Amino acid sequence: MPRPVLILFAHPSYEKSRVHRRLARAVRDLPGVTLHDLYEAYPDHDIDVKREQALLVAHEVVVFQHPFYWYSVPPLLKQWMDLVLEHGWAYGSHGHALRGKALQVAMTAGGRDMAYGPEGFNRHTFREFLLPVEATARLCGMTFNAPWVVSGTHAMTDAAIAEAADGYVALIRRLGEG
Amino acid sequence: MQGFLLSATVYLAAAVVAVPIAKRFGLGSVLGYLIAGVVIGPSVLGFVGAERQDVMHAAEFGVVMMLFVIGLELEPALLWRLRGALLGLGGLQVLGTTVAAGGIAMALGLPWSQALAVGLILALSSTAIVLQTLQEKGWMKTDAGQKSFAVLLFQDLAVIPILAVLPLLAVTPDLALAPAAADHASGASWAEHLPGWQRALVTLGAVALLVGVGRSLVPALFRVIARARLRETFTAAALLLVIGIAVLMQLVGLSPALGTFLGGVVLATSEFRHELESDIEPFKGLLLGLFFIAVGASIDFLLIGAQFLVVAGLVAGLLAVKALVLWLLARGARMSHDQGLLFALALAQGGEFCFVLLSFAEQNAVLPSAVGKLLVAAVALSMAATPLLLLFWERVIAPRATSEPGAEREMDTPEEEHAVIIVGFGDFGSSVGRLLNASGVETTVLELDSDRVEVLRRLGLRVYYGDGAREDVMRSAGAERAKLVILCLGDAEANLELARSIRKHFPQLTILARAAGRLAAYELIESGVTHVYRESIDSAMRLGVDALRLLGRRGHAAWRAAQHFRRRDEENMRRLAAVFRDRATHLSLAREAIADLEASMRADGVSGAASDDTAWDAESLRREFGG
Ligand SMILES: Cc1cc2nc3c(=O)[nH]c(=O)nc-3n(C[C@H](O)[C@H](O)[C@H](O)COP(=O)(O)O)c2cc1C
Repeated sequence: MPRPVLILFAHPSYEKSRVHRRLARAVRDLPGVTLHDLYEAYPDHDIDVKREQALLVAHEVVVFQHPFYWYSVPPLLKQWMDLVLEHGWAYGSHGHALRGKALQVAMTAGGRDMAYGPEGFNRHTFREFLLPVEATARLCGMTFNAPWVVSGTHAMTDAAIAEAADGYVALIRRLGEG
Repeated sequence: MQGFLLSATVYLAAAVVAVPIAKRFGLGSVLGYLIAGVVIGPSVLGFVGAERQDVMHAAEFGVVMMLFVIGLELEPALLWRLRGALLGLGGLQVLGTTVAAGGIAMALGLPWSQALAVGLILALSSTAIVLQTLQEKGWMKTDAGQKSFAVLLFQDLAVIPILAVLPLLAVTPDLALAPAAADHASGASWAEHLPGWQRALVTLGAVALLVGVGRSLVPALFRVIARARLRETFTAAALLLVIGIAVLMQLVGLSPALGTFLGGVVLATSEFRHELESDIEPFKGLLLGLFFIAVGASIDFLLIGAQFLVVAGLVAGLLAVKALVLWLLARGARMSHDQGLLFALALAQGGEFCFVLLSFAEQNAVLPSAVGKLLVAAVALSMAATPLLLLFWERVIAPRATSEPGAEREMDTPEEEHAVIIVGFGDFGSSVGRLLNASGVETTVLELDSDRVEVLRRLGLRVYYGDGAREDVMRSAGAERAKLVILCLGDAEANLELARSIRKHFPQLTILARAAGRLAAYELIESGVTHVYRESIDSAMRLGVDALRLLGRRGHAAWRAAQHFRRRDEENMRRLAAVFRDRATHLSLAREAIADLEASMRADGVSGAASDDTAWDAESLRREFGG
């Protein structure tokens, strides 16, 4: 693949996961893909900033793969953003390390699509809830792709999960091809 | 004495030469011993002669010891699970083979009483050969292995009633005096002369005694001996235990093999399980080897030469009939095709009890001596054929077996049974152990302080008395199959010694070692251990955090500082481990490292955070955007 893909995977209870377990397995061995399991690497949230920055430099596409928690990202991914995206490195007048790279959110949510819209129960779309991530990408000079969301996970059958995994593989391949 | 030493030399030399050669060619040790026996026997070199019979008797004790060791490895729960196979398969096998072999004997012209005797005797298979081979190949845990084991156990039980029935089949019943044969199966049983109900009571009493004493008295005794830390005394006590059980069983007319097996099962849950196993193991191996040699030496090639076709026909017929009966049973029990064949081939030979029973039958005038001699030759040859049949199964049948449609390998469930061995179960080890147990990981724990073992067992923890420094003890604790070994001995020197020995004998094991302090950690790292844990660093850090907080630092800042300090200190330790033998270099590098670490940690007065920790630092932002 011409464009190496870094998947930052954040799930605090992978053992209990139904959907992400399948998604992660489907893409972990694809060529040109690095699956970086944050909760496995930093159980104590003590993020190695230098190592993370080196990983970012080595990849063209960054994927945030995580479940939707309280309309947001899991805390370790937020901590990762706080610590790794340093001023003067990721943004600011001297921070250009991420410029031109792409950011893709690949997320699962318990609520169904119809709950996420102006008329829906949650009043806002997924993209609106993800505005902080989108703005972060823009500040760092990255292109922000439309979020890829598997919704309604509470009521998903195994077959539907398998189908979602196929869709995820296709998405990652497409991103890698650029 | 000289004669004894001479024969010992011959037997041992034969074993030492033949077994490695046989193993080299993938034939297994049993075949090696048998061939050695043939070579030194009267038919080839003629080195051994009259004492062969005595050797055979002594060596049969190897079977007794083997059953003790097997009993030790078998927990009562597993035995209970096997009960169906034991009674169902075992019963049907003895019945079916007796009928089939007896029928053929009748068709060949033997009177019915002799035919029945032949059938009963040939129904038995060889515990020694089958179990030794299955264990050596690692097939004991397979379906066929477990079922073979159950059938063999039933056969051992069946010997007792067969011994009772045989004299009744004598041509002239009054000739059948109760013989005082010196064989182990009937032996010098005084209970024999009691009326039936008393005999039953005595038997039950003996078994109850065995279980009761095994549960309470034996562990107490071993505890006393263990406390004395005299290794040979422990070994002597282990031998005494096995021989004592055998004698007791003989007294009441039960099979010693079965008795020691039961004794083993009773002790399987005791803390001395692994230590006992490794103490008995070498004796068992030697005696079994002797036994196989004696079998090899007893093959009468003169007789075989004289009646070649008859003997060949008998061997082929014996193997075929037994295998067929077994195979039908395997079908009935819904065993898979290849496992069913393994089961059938494994148990198709005649057993060591056949020799005993055949001579018993001759003495009781049940069988004419000509028939007896032929059958002895056929049984011995069928035993010798067994390793070859199993080799055939391994090379030809097993590779073609359609493997189960592979279920997707679960990569996220790390636990497997007893993948972890913990050595040393003081405060440190038991904390680790309890965490693992609470997380659903089974551990095997070895501890050398027998008082502590007793206390821990009272608390309901599964702890074994055993010296992890002994390779054989580690082996019987499962070191070859385990994944991790956790070394938690309080004595740094002993811990290091242990780490070295494990790296040598079990290189596949991942070692996690407790280190008393820096020096101990250096030495462990030097000896190749990568997972090294200084025992005080974590509590020191926690204490330090609390001290900082009591001085007014905020919790998170103090905690980050400790996290940071710990990481850097760990890096330094690993760097310094490479030079610690060179005192001067070590000293200067260490001084440098300490100074570096302190400088990097020096808190800026305002935030209290370490100065090189830029996390959540908005200083540069203020500079750029503050205007
Ligand atoms: C702490 C927590 C917060 C959650 N918050 C939301 C939420 O805000 N919106 C939503 O749609 N689902 C929410 N969910 C449901 C998860 O998104 C859902 O269980 C997950 O995506 C399923 O993926 P998995 O099987 O890989 O764990 C939440 C779940 C948890 C445990």
